[in-house]
Amino acid sequence: MAQVRLLVGTRKGAFIFTSDGTRKNWQIAGPHFGGWEIYHLKGSPVDSNRLYASQSTSWFGQLIQRSDDGGATWNPVGNKFAYDGIPGTHMWYDGKPHPWEFKRVWHIEPSLADPDEVLAGVEDAALFQSKDGGQSWSELSGLRTHTTGSAWQPGAGGMCLHTIIVDPGDPRRIFIAISAAGAFRSDDGGATWKPINRGLYSKYIPNPTAEVGHCVHHIAAHPSRPGVLFMQKHWDVMRSDDAGENWIEISGNLPTDFGFVIDVHAHEPETLYVVPIKSDSEHFVPDGKLRVFRSRTGGNEWEPLSKGLPDRDCYVNVLRDAMAVDKLDECGVYFGTSGGQVYASVDAGDSWTAIVRDLPPVLSVEVQTLA
Amino acid sequence: MSTLSGSVSVRVELPAHLRTLSRISGHEVRIDVAAPVTVAGVLDALEAAYPMLRGTIRDQMTRERRAFLRFFACQQDLSLASPDQPLPDAVVRGVEPLIILGAVAGG
Repeated sequence: MAQVRLLVGTRKGAFIFTSDGTRKNWQIAGPHFGGWEIYHLKGSPVDSNRLYASQSTSWFGQLIQRSDDGGATWNPVGNKFAYDGIPGTHMWYDGKPHPWEFKRVWHIEPSLADPDEVLAGVEDAALFQSKDGGQSWSELSGLRTHTTGSAWQPGAGGMCLHTIIVDPGDPRRIFIAISAAGAFRSDDGGATWKPINRGLYSKYIPNPTAEVGHCVHHIAAHPSRPGVLFMQKHWDVMRSDDAGENWIEISGNLPTDFGFVIDVHAHEPETLYVVPIKSDSEHFVPDGKLRVFRSRTGGNEWEPLSKGLPDRDCYVNVLRDAMAVDKLDECGVYFGTSGGQVYASVDAGDSWTAIVRDLPPVLSVEVQTLA
Repeated sequence: MSTLSGSVSVRVELPAHLRTLSRISGHEVRIDVAAPVTVAGVLDALEAAYPMLRGTIRDQMTRERRAFLRFFACQQDLSLASPDQPLPDAVVRGVEPLIILGAVAGG
C-alpha cells in the first residue's frame, strides 16, 4: 500500500509525519534540530530516502542537513554559500545601495534526475547549486548579476529567493521568484535569466508595471504543463499560459487577493488552491475563518472549502511554502499555519482534518508519495 | 597542558546547540592548538576537528564572530579583542576554558 510522508519545517525544528495511503492515522517524528528554524525541507524525486533540510538561527547561521534514510538520521553537509566574485549592491528599503549579504536558505529544490544535485534559493536573493549531495555549493550567478539586480529591493521578509520550479520536460528551463524583484526564467540551466513579469501590476511601486520590483509570493505549476504557471502575488492571483511571458489576473471572486500559498491539484492541472489572507498589515485569515479556496477552472471562479476548518476566532497565516499535494488517486492536500496546525484533506479539499494542532509556527510543508 | 607535538590542549565550552550539532557530550571539548594560543587558533583547530561547526561561530568568508555569540575566558569578555591576541595563560595551561556563549535574547 502506498505511504505518504509529510516534511514539516517550523520555527523550532522539523517534523516528519508518515501515514499509509488512507491518510487517517499519522505517526509523528521530531522535533529534528529542535530550537532551530527550518525554513524548508524536501525529498529527492528519484530517491525518496534522500532528504535535504535548511536549518538556521540568528545565533549560529545556516546549516544544510541531509538524510539518506528518509529522515531517521541526519548529517550536516556543506554550508558555505559564497557569492560569485564581488557581489556588489542591491537596493535597500530606503532606495540606497546595500551590499549583498547571505542570510539563509529559504528553499531547497532537489533535482528531478539525480539525488546528489540540488538547488538552493537564498536571501539575499541568489541561486546556488550542489552536485555532490550538498557537500559544496556554487552560485548560478547569472541571476544575481542580471542587469536589473542592482535595483532589486527586499520585501518585508527580506530579499529572498523562495520559489524554484524546474521544467520536468526540459531541466534546462528553470523558473524562480524573488520577493520583491519578481519572477525570472532561465532556458539554459541557470546560466542566463530574463524577468518574466509582463502583466503584473503592483500599484505601490513607482512604476506599477515595471520589469522588476514585484512582490511575488509564490508560483506553482502542474508537472504535466510546466508552461502554465500560477502565481500568488502580494496582491493578485495570476496565471501565465506561455511560461511567464505574459500574466493575467485570475483573482475573480476571492474575498481578498492577498495571500502566500498557491498550489495545483496532482491530477487536475486546472484545479488550484489558495488561502486568502487579510492584509496589508494584519496577515491573518479574513473574518476569523480559516478557508482554503479552490478553483476548478484555472482561476477566476473560486469556492471556499471550510469543512473541518475553524469557522470562528481563527487568526492564523499560511506561509508561502506551507502547502503541498500528494499524488494518490484521491489527491491529498496539506497545509500548515502560523498557529502550528497542520491540516490534511484526503478528498482534494472537500473536507479537512488537523493532523496536529500545537507545533511551532509552520514555515513549510512538503509531501512525498511513497510506493 | 602541553603535548608532544608542541601544541597545547585547550578546553573549549560550547553552547548547547553546537554541542548537539557536533555530537559532543559534556559541556567542554579539548582541542589541541598550536602556540601561540589565540581565539583564531582555537577556532581553526575546533573547525578542523568538527567541520560541522564551520560557519556557526564565525562567518566562513569574513571570519568575523557571529553577532549573537561572545567569547569569554578567566572572567574577561574577549569578544571585541583581536582574534589573534594570545589567550590568558590559564587557558593555555588548561586550567580555565575558553567559553563560547550564545547571547541571551528573545522574549
